[in-house]
Amino acid sequence: MPVTVKTFGSTGEAASALSSDRSARYLGGGTLVMRALNEGDISISTVVRATDQALSRIDVTSSRITIGAGVTFAKILAERELAFLHAPARSIGGPAVRNMGTVGGNLFAPNPYGDFTVALLALDATVSVQGGLGARDLPIEEFLQSRERQSGALVLAVSCQRPATADAFRYRKIARIKPKGGSVITLAAHLPVSSGRISGARIALGSMAAMQIRARAAERALEGRALDDAAINAAAAVAAEGVSPTDNALGSAWYRREIVGVHLRRLLSGLE
Amino acid sequence: MTKTPLQFRHNGRDVAVFVDGGVNLLVALREGIGDMTPKFGCGQGGCGACSVLIDGELHLSCLTLAESANGRSIQTLDGLKDGPNLHPLQRAFMEQFAAQCGYCTPGMLMAAKALLDRNPSPTRAEVVEAISGNICRCTGYEPIINAVLAAASGGRARA
Repeated sequence: MPVTVKTFGSTGEAASALSSDRSARYLGGGTLVMRALNEGDISISTVVRATDQALSRIDVTSSRITIGAGVTFAKILAERELAFLHAPARSIGGPAVRNMGTVGGNLFAPNPYGDFTVALLALDATVSVQGGLGARDLPIEEFLQSRERQSGALVLAVSCQRPATADAFRYRKIARIKPKGGSVITLAAHLPVSSGRISGARIALGSMAAMQIRARAAERALEGRALDDAAINAAAAVAAEGVSPTDNALGSAWYRREIVGVHLRRLLSGLE
Repeated sequence: MTKTPLQFRHNGRDVAVFVDGGVNLLVALREGIGDMTPKFGCGQGGCGACSVLIDGELHLSCLTLAESANGRSIQTLDGLKDGPNLHPLQRAFMEQFAAQCGYCTPGMLMAAKALLDRNPSPTRAEVVEAISGNICRCTGYEPIINAVLAAASGGRARA
């Protein structure tokens, strides 16, 4: 069934159009919404677009980065200042998908996708959204927990602190089809170190629950400790606590529970 | 519902077409202007059979809103050859037996062209990466990779 396409020059107008029409969906790179339309999703009757250049802007300061929701993964890969995000960006799709898929869209990608969001969750990102009543910033966990309700809001940008060192942020995607493919498990860890001990560990998992989650037990096992074998083993032993994966064609829930500790150990040990 | 007018450059030629709201570029190309070289495979962005170049960048036409192509330059397999002369990639695909059923071939060729346009002498790993979004169920990929390497800079691929 044909849909109405509305294109706006400003994010404010687009946000108003989105929030006032329950059957409207925002079209960024197209990898989610066009797929839904191709599959005959009749819940979408209006497609909203915005041409505002701010959506494709990357702002980098010495310690903090802000990435417009419309920034593609190819653009992230071309940005040297975002080297710490190259592994998550490269793990998504093939070249065409990376030329199209956007950071904002990835926040809404269901399992076994949404790998970039795993990285953003580990980095404690903030999501800027604009609804009918104005713009606000949400911690990414809060955003993800209310993701279904956020479809009426326009994501403007995500921002996060840049890891202090290259070693402080780690990412690993387990896929059966390489170099691309859906995620069996995706892991990301931000491990700031103060006086030789981990302070403020954040570990995020993808495909281990209905949405991207934190491995809080593993974080607690690392907190205040040096990243040695004992701490790594302790974190790996509790990696499956709190997870609730589902079966899909890429792996069973049982398999995912069995291997999450193995891959967390490899991630923390720096093994390939 | 009224149709939307759409104008873009198709293989170097300006074209105009009317499309229904929300249709993808693949439909506009195949049904609107009769370019049947991009194929419909999965409609989900998983197979790459519909790959085209938009302003020189590889995109999936099945996931591209037709209206977003307005005013842009679209290149498909139909525009790859130069008159009666095949593109070196097309010749290499023939010589290296890189096509069996041929359904994936248009997308493979466009992905390979996108690679060679920016990197005329890729490594084997770079070729593998470049076609990683394109699924082939017949050839097992090796002849395709060999064909792209053979076409690269007249066969001067890096190790």
